[in-house]
Amino acid sequence: MGVTPQLSKISQQSPSVFDLHSAHKKEGPALLTSIDALVNWARSNSLWPLTFGTSCCAIEVMMAAGAAHHDLARFGAEVARPSPRQADLLVVAGTIVKKMAPRLRTLYDQMAEPKYVIATGACAISGGPFIYDSYSTVRGAHEIIPVDVYVPGCPPRPEAFFYGLLTLQKMIRDGESLRRPGVRKAPVMAALPPGITMEDLRAELIKGAKGATT
Amino acid sequence: MVTVEIKTKISSLDERINAMALQGESPLGTQEYFVNMGPQHPSTHGVLRLVLKLDGETVREIIPVLGYIHRGMEKKAETLGYRQQVHLTDRLDYLCSVMNNWVVSAVVEKAAKIEINDRIQTIRTIFAELQRVQSHLLWWGVFGMDLGAFTPFLYGFRDREKITKIFEETIGARLTMNYIQPGGLMYDIHPDFVKDVKAMISYMKPMFKEYDELVSGNIIIQERLKNVGILDAQSAVALGASGPVLRASGVAHDLRKIKPYGVYEKVDFSIPIGTVGDCWDRYSVRMLEMRESLKIIEQLIDSIPEGKHLTMKPGAKIRPPAGIYYEQMETARGIFGVFLHSDGSEKPSRVHYRTPNFHNLWCLTKIAPGGRIGDLVSIISSLDVVVPDIDR
Amino acid sequence: MTTPPNDSTQSSAPQSTPADELKAIFLTCLLDSLIALDSGVKVREDSSLMSVKISESALLKVMTLLKQDSRFDFDQLQFHTVLDWPEEQRMECLYLLNSTKKSQELLISVSVSREKPQLPSVSKLWAIAEWQEREVYDMFGITYENHPDLRRIFLDDDWQGFPLRKDYQDEFMLRKPW
Repeated sequence: MGVTPQLSKISQQSPSVFDLHSAHKKEGPALLTSIDALVNWARSNSLWPLTFGTSCCAIEVMMAAGAAHHDLARFGAEVARPSPRQADLLVVAGTIVKKMAPRLRTLYDQMAEPKYVIATGACAISGGPFIYDSYSTVRGAHEIIPVDVYVPGCPPRPEAFFYGLLTLQKMIRDGESLRRPGVRKAPVMAALPPGITMEDLRAELIKGAKGATT
Repeated sequence: MVTVEIKTKISSLDERINAMALQGESPLGTQEYFVNMGPQHPSTHGVLRLVLKLDGETVREIIPVLGYIHRGMEKKAETLGYRQQVHLTDRLDYLCSVMNNWVVSAVVEKAAKIEINDRIQTIRTIFAELQRVQSHLLWWGVFGMDLGAFTPFLYGFRDREKITKIFEETIGARLTMNYIQPGGLMYDIHPDFVKDVKAMISYMKPMFKEYDELVSGNIIIQERLKNVGILDAQSAVALGASGPVLRASGVAHDLRKIKPYGVYEKVDFSIPIGTVGDCWDRYSVRMLEMRESLKIIEQLIDSIPEGKHLTMKPGAKIRPPAGIYYEQMETARGIFGVFLHSDGSEKPSRVHYRTPNFHNLWCLTKIAPGGRIGDLVSIISSLDVVVPDIDR
Repeated sequence: MTTPPNDSTQSSAPQSTPADELKAIFLTCLLDSLIALDSGVKVREDSSLMSVKISESALLKVMTLLKQDSRFDFDQLQFHTVLDWPEEQRMECLYLLNSTKKSQELLISVSVSREKPQLPSVSKLWAIAEWQEREVYDMFGITYENHPDLRRIFLDDDWQGFPLRKDYQDEFMLRKPW
């Protein structure tokens, strides 16, 4: 009984996107590298998100974050577009169910390169509260589309979303966009940025504590 | 004699749309056509999909296509214990999470015969009314945005943050509260709670004047809302509408008055009702409801009785006797009911949610046809639907 | 014919208020009218709501009476849902009726077989039943005679099986490991 999951089929529709997870090297002519840096800087500070919210996360991530109190405009990402053709950041805010999965894939495919994906909230990371005993919830947005940054929370606070956005901006700035426009790094969890280990955090904490006492 | 057997035919969406295309002649002799609205559309408040049959600019028929956020909550609820039921209801109508928590706690309390004290009842009532204001403020902001005005969105969220801060102080969450649990509350109120609520009320009261000057008095808004999407009292009742949608049609049906729960019996408040049942009435009813909610909070905030915030041992297993239990309350969108069937074990054998938005959206299919497609957005927005609550 | 106790739902109440008495009178009046239509009417004892069991054949007659008779005036169908009893090979369909004018609620319960469940549609009486019956069809597989537009409401049209039945199995669905 039940429908065989068609999700693997959906994610095979454009296989090229999935081949790009391999790590890239930062080398090459100096001129191109500096132009890369400029392009990346520009791109990272003008992300246009698609207004895509399926459930609770949409209120916190798309609305409360965009409104006056938290002000998404500080990060250059306030130009929310209803059309995927005009957007370059897809924020998966909420649960994705089987019926919605092909639509999400379509939206992603309609966006122009370079495009980035932030998955916010427990449902978009793993299925969240509906991971077990649900016949319709897709267990994570990565089953449908490649994800760059995950923002944990149920729902995440607007500040957590900003942290995820800044993590993405950092990833874009570290990328090599001109020569390899589709290059994608492995997805990260926004709560722990790449390159930082728990040891570093602990060392920082000890240093900070010492500074406070002296 | 030949026995006539009526065979029930199960159709599909494609067949439905094809059948719709065949029937009906346009009175103007124009070609009728279909427009697909959603599931990714900024003014359907989530992932609602509407298939519209249009004749020029006139909407002839609407087929809502649901299920783009159907998460199988009722199946999931059968695998959770009575204490855990609270957490699922947060994710139904996330803008009324405290009220949803309250309903499910009330039905479990009724089933397991758990007594609760006056302090719990008072705090629950205050939080429910705070959330009603918070929910209506969000609606007001989004309503403005749907009609093309961005400023209400910013103003609404600015003031909504004031209430969200109060929630955060006591509960620690901003949206999915998980606050009310069977037998009481998760935590006692914060020491600053009373002070902050009073400060919020004195801040909010003059704000309504600002809202009225900004939006309600605006001639464009009035023209776009008055006599648009009329739902008369008789059909509102017949279609099963509840909440502000029903009251805007002139039916004074509010469970807080009819079957008082919490401490609503002790407070003095009125139910705003509309006369025509158009978008403007639905708008005005909600604007007035916010004022009434503040009035209720004002009456209760100084007299929160002393007592425990939880009347039973935390984490104690709840095993209600076998049977059927039902409880319903008035949330910001209408009547939210939880139906529970217990077989005497630690988990319910069936849970069903009677959600207000499911019924209110049904009204859309009856009131929007005949109107213009431009008015459709204001009608959807004035119904204030939350799609995860429809799809469960 | 069994005549059930009139105040079955109020038996636990410590003292009877005027509202309880009115409710008892209402229930007596209601039961008398229902028994005239269907001899198998019983009061469901284990319910917090006023609730009666009727037989499948009498469903449409009973519902029409409850909707149209001015003594009852149940103008709203609050919800329609199903309890699945796989070991007894039956499903119990529940209709919660509400009267906005009289502030009364009544739960109607009908049992159907689990193999080929079919019921008459009440969507002519309460328009919202059109969606509620579609939902029950989607989740439990009960078909409705004379339903104007019977198809799945939440799941895809080609979905196999009815998820809220107790014996639903699905290779996609994960069971909780603990």
